[in-house]
Amino acid sequence: MERFEITLPSMQVSARQQSALCGVVSSGNLEVMIEANSATDVCHFEVNTTARGFNDIWKAVLTDFSERYKAGGLRISINDAGATPAVVSLRLTQAYEESQEGFDE
Amino acid sequence: MSNQQEWNTLGQSRTRRLERASKFAQGKNVHPDHIVQLLEAVLEPGDRLCVEGNNQKQADFLARAMVQTDTRQVRDLHLVQSVLALPEHVDLIERGQVSRIDFSFAGPQAGRLARLVESNRITIGAIHTYLELFGRYFIDLTPQVALVAAQMADRQGNLYTGANTEDTPAIVEATAFKGGIVIAQVNQIVDTLPRVDIPADWVNFVVEAPTPHYVEPLFTRDPSLITETQVLTAMIAIKGLYAKYGITRLNHGIGFDTAAIELLLPTYATDLGLKGKICTHWALNPHPTLIPAIEAGFVKSVHSFGSEVGMEKYVAARPDIFFIGADGSMRSNRAFSQAAGHYACDLFIGSTLQIDLHGNSSTATKDRIAGFGGAPNMGADARGRRHASPAWIKAGQEARGDTYMPRGQKLVAQVVETFREHMEPAFVEHLDAWELAKAAKMILPPVMIYSDDLTHIITEEGICHLLRCHTPEDREQAIRGVAGYTPVGMGRDKRAVENLRDRGIIQRPEDLGIDTRQANRDLLAARSIKDLVHASGGLYDPPKKFRNW
Repeated sequence: MERFEITLPSMQVSARQQSALCGVVSSGNLEVMIEANSATDVCHFEVNTTARGFNDIWKAVLTDFSERYKAGGLRISINDAGATPAVVSLRLTQAYEESQEGFDE
Repeated sequence: MSNQQEWNTLGQSRTRRLERASKFAQGKNVHPDHIVQLLEAVLEPGDRLCVEGNNQKQADFLARAMVQTDTRQVRDLHLVQSVLALPEHVDLIERGQVSRIDFSFAGPQAGRLARLVESNRITIGAIHTYLELFGRYFIDLTPQVALVAAQMADRQGNLYTGANTEDTPAIVEATAFKGGIVIAQVNQIVDTLPRVDIPADWVNFVVEAPTPHYVEPLFTRDPSLITETQVLTAMIAIKGLYAKYGITRLNHGIGFDTAAIELLLPTYATDLGLKGKICTHWALNPHPTLIPAIEAGFVKSVHSFGSEVGMEKYVAARPDIFFIGADGSMRSNRAFSQAAGHYACDLFIGSTLQIDLHGNSSTATKDRIAGFGGAPNMGADARGRRHASPAWIKAGQEARGDTYMPRGQKLVAQVVETFREHMEPAFVEHLDAWELAKAAKMILPPVMIYSDDLTHIITEEGICHLLRCHTPEDREQAIRGVAGYTPVGMGRDKRAVENLRDRGIIQRPEDLGIDTRQANRDLLAARSIKDLVHASGGLYDPPKKFRNW
């Protein structure tokens, strides 16, 4: 098991719920949970993964996500049991869009 | 004439062999206990031998008999058969009875074969495509002896091969008309056949095998194993490729990626209004995952290379769709279906293990000599094609521009997740095929789809239209641009990739108007084998290993 945290710059999220839990998706090998966070210009990630030695890939996946989506002000927890980067990206996007559901820009 | 030329040595050889064999048979009929002696009597050193191994049906009783023959007598054989599937096929090499092989596919035996090549125990002539090998049966690789499998024979020796006819007509025709000997194992000898697939006078001996011949359920994909990434790539394929070109005539590979596409036709594609506009005519085995699309009225016609275990009753009950004889059962034919896939289809789409920076793809890895079977024929532009279709013409214009002489192009797509299991990247700088070629002393690295035939790559990151890349730089960046977080993908020139995206050569899911929230298993028309059985109205009877209820 490997655990790390990373904070990346990101545009402020357009819709932020007051409740802590904004979006959660899970499947066999990946769980993503999105909560509100105080700092509005960064996205904070906490990753727990069973796969060792893929930090560079994680960083690239999360950086792309933070650049592509307005995720400033979010805290995203990821529990990974060996998902491929494809699944991580897809799950992140789905959880994010779930969390934005019902909020018009 | 001064020299008396002998013009029928082949006929004389056949007569000699038949005479030697006659004491182990009653007419054409061979008792299973005498089959080993009969084979020893028929075969001569140096013979080209085909032990019918298709990728599905296997002449397994005859293969087991072959490995009981006397190694001093039955030796120096040249195996010429499409698939090395059974352990006995490779046992023949280990026993020193076979010195050379020409084949198409060796999936299950790929590791053993590689070791035998490395230790110089066997010489590989070439790893062919199916059509290429069948072609050579009629030119320079005609078998002297063919051991084939049929479902039934009658007392005269007519054969019924039924739904799994597969390679048998090509093998028997080449052998029987060039002085060779045809020996058939059958599951049953009957008075009257449902129909005649192979006429008796092309068959020399028939043996009723103690157990029915083995058939591999190679084309059954359990929908419960389809991932959401595969749902996403299927959505990309349907919108970015099938809808864009209006592809009606096609072939699918056997992977889960294409099974996902089949299962999205009744749902996602129907919602997009594509019913009747795409995927109507197929060269395809009876994939169980095609059942929901057939039931939804999406599919008009399917011609098959072989059958699929458990699909017989369903197929027979849909004679408007499949090719069904007057007796009511399907006839497949690998040679004809391969020709159809090559010349009469506008798209081949399949999966692979590795794609290089040029767009060459291969499933060959260092320690396995597997071959590719049908993919290279169907995944190659048919240069001899003369008939036009909208999809083919559109692809031709994109690939060649407005040339003096108008010409179309076959669409050839590979769909892969950027990382396979165990984080093996699907995109590589150099294919493992090069190292395999070196180790196995091959003249050519075994490539499944050549770069100049590949028109599209689809990954979870999007689709790239390689046929619209007219410089090597564009092509490389287009490939890197869908290669995700693999080293090849991370090595992309971001500006070049964004430029390709602006030009529509790379399209992301959002560029295609795909809502990734929909990329969910709920979108599949069937989510389990049981769902497929239901969809078939109970006609599909899956093999035991796929039943979990």
